[in-house]
Amino acid sequence: MADPATLLPLLLLAPALVVVAGLAAAGGAVTSGDRATAPVVETLRLLTKQRRRTPADDPLLARIGLTVLPVAAVLALAVVPVGLPGTGAPVDLEVGVVWFNAMEVLAWFAVWTAGWGPNAVTALVGGYRTLPLGLAYELPHMLAIITPAIAAGSLDPARISAAQHGLWYAVWMPVAFLLYLVSTAAMAFWGPFAAPLGRDLAGGAGAEHAGLDRLLLHAGRWMLLVAAAAMAVPLFLGGGAPPPITGPDPFSGPAWSWFAIKLLVVLALLLGLRRVMPVLRMERFATLAWVVLIPLAVAQALVVTVVVLV
Amino acid sequence: MTLLIMAAALGAVAVVTGIAVFVVDSMARATFLLLASFVAVAVLLLAFGLAYLGIVVVLMMTIEMMIMVVFMVMLMMNPAGLEPMTMVHNRAGSRVIALAVFVVLAAGALLVPWPTRPAAPGDPTTALGADLMGPQMLTMTVLGLALLATIVGTVALSVSPGSRR
Amino acid sequence: MTEVTLRVVLVVAAALVATGVYGALSQQSIVMIMMGLELVVNGLILAAGGIWWSGGHPGNASVLVVVLVTVMAVEMAMGFAVALALYRARRVDLTDDAAELAR
Repeated sequence: MADPATLLPLLLLAPALVVVAGLAAAGGAVTSGDRATAPVVETLRLLTKQRRRTPADDPLLARIGLTVLPVAAVLALAVVPVGLPGTGAPVDLEVGVVWFNAMEVLAWFAVWTAGWGPNAVTALVGGYRTLPLGLAYELPHMLAIITPAIAAGSLDPARISAAQHGLWYAVWMPVAFLLYLVSTAAMAFWGPFAAPLGRDLAGGAGAEHAGLDRLLLHAGRWMLLVAAAAMAVPLFLGGGAPPPITGPDPFSGPAWSWFAIKLLVVLALLLGLRRVMPVLRMERFATLAWVVLIPLAVAQALVVTVVVLV
Repeated sequence: MTLLIMAAALGAVAVVTGIAVFVVDSMARATFLLLASFVAVAVLLLAFGLAYLGIVVVLMMTIEMMIMVVFMVMLMMNPAGLEPMTMVHNRAGSRVIALAVFVVLAAGALLVPWPTRPAAPGDPTTALGADLMGPQMLTMTVLGLALLATIVGTVALSVSPGSRR
Repeated sequence: MTEVTLRVVLVVAAALVATGVYGALSQQSIVMIMMGLELVVNGLILAAGGIWWSGGHPGNASVLVVVLVTVMAVEMAMGFAVALALYRARRVDLTDDAAELAR
C-alpha cells in the first residue's frame, strides 16, 4: 500500500519528538534553576517506580487518557512540514491545520481522564480545570491558526509555509502569532496555564499518578508543547525556507535545518516567557480570553481577509 | 474491497460502543464510549474522502463530550457507577420499538435501489465551501440563525434568578 | 462493489439510529436521553457520508453533514440548559418527575 520510503519518516517521528521534547524539558529545567540532566534522571526514576492505585478508582480510563496524550502529540506533528523531501511533512494532508487542531484537543480528554481516574479530590479538581482553560484558549487558537490559512488560501500547512516567501506571516499578522504562542502554552497546560497540574492542588490531575503513568503525563505534555511549537514554524515563520532578509540560503544545509533552528527559537521564546509569567487563575484567563483575545483574533482575521481580497 | 472491510469493521466498532453507552455504570465511561462511536464514524468519513468533515466531527465531538461529561457527573445520582443501580423505564417496550426502527431502516437500506455514480472530481472541502457560500447559502444562514437563537435561549435559561446583580 | 459497501454503511447507520432510539426511550435521566439522541444523529452523519461517497447526491450530502453537526451542537446546548433550569427550579433530573405535559 504505502511506499517504505514514506513510512520511514513516520516511524522516526515519535523518537524524534521524544528527543526534542527531552531537550525542551532540559531547557525548562535550566531556566527554573535545575540541572539540565534533571529530566533524564526523573525519567529513569519514574521508570523504576510502581504505578499507584487508589480505592474505587478507574485505572482503565485514566490509562487510556494518559496514553492518548503522547500519541496525540505524535499525530499532531505528523502533518507538520518539517522539511522532508517532497512536501516536507511526514503525512501530506490537505486539511492538515484542522487535523492538528483535532489532535491537540485530545489533550483535554487526556488530562480530564487522568484527573478522574484516581477517585481523589485534588486530582479531580485538576482535571476539571482543563475545561475552563480549554474553552478559554480554544477559540482564539482556532482563529489564530485559521488566519494564515486565509492568507494562503489553503488548509495545508505545506502550502501555507510555501506562501510566505518574501514576508513571514509572523511579521504582518503579529496578533495571530502572539495568540498562537499563548495557545501553544495553554494547549500543553504548561507555564502560565499549568493550573490543571497546579502546585496549589499538590499536582492536580497528576497528583495521584506515579511511575509510568506520571511519566506519560509529563513527557506527553512536553511532546505536545514541542509539536505545537513546531506548527508555529510553517504557519508563521516561513517553514523550512531561510529568512527572507538573508536572500539565498547562506548555509544551504539540508531542508530541515532551518526548520530545526526556527523550532529552537520558538521553544526558547516560550521558555523565556514562562520565566516572567506567573500561573494564571482559570477564571481570570477565561475573562481575558473572551473579552480581549477573541475580539483581537477576529479583528486580525478580518484585516488579513481584507488585505488578501484587495 | 478495502473500503468494504473498513466499513464493516468500523461500523461494528461504532455500534458496539454505541450499545455499551447504555450498559456501563460509570457516566465517564458512557460519555467516552459515545465519543469512541463518533470517532469510528469519523474515520469512515475520512476513508470516504470527506477529510475535512471527518476531522471536524472528531474535533467537535471531543470538545462536546468533554463538556457533556461534566453535566453527566453533575446531574446523575451515581456518576462513577460505584453503587449498582438502574435508571431505566419501559425497557421491553423500548427494545421492541428500537428493533422495529432498525428492521424498517435496514430494509430500506437493503431494498431501495440506491443511485451510484462515480465520485465528482475535485477537492470535497473546496466544493463544500463553495456550496455553502453559493447555492446552499440559505442553509448556512438558517444554521447561523439557529445557533444565535441557541445562544440567546441557553443564556436566558441558565441565568438563575439569584445571580442577577 | 460501491453498492454493497453503501448498503453495509446504511445498515450500520440504521443500527446506530435504532440504538439511539432505544437509549432515548428507555433512559430516565435527561442527560442519558441526550446521549441516545446524539447516537441517532451519529447514524445520520454516517448515512449522509455514505450517500456522498457513493455519489448519489454529491454536493448536498456533505452540506447535510454540516447541518447534522450543527443540530448536535444546538441539541446539546439547549438540552443541558433545560436540564439545568429544571433542576434548579424543582430538583428534578428524571423525565418521570417532569410530566406536567402528560396531564
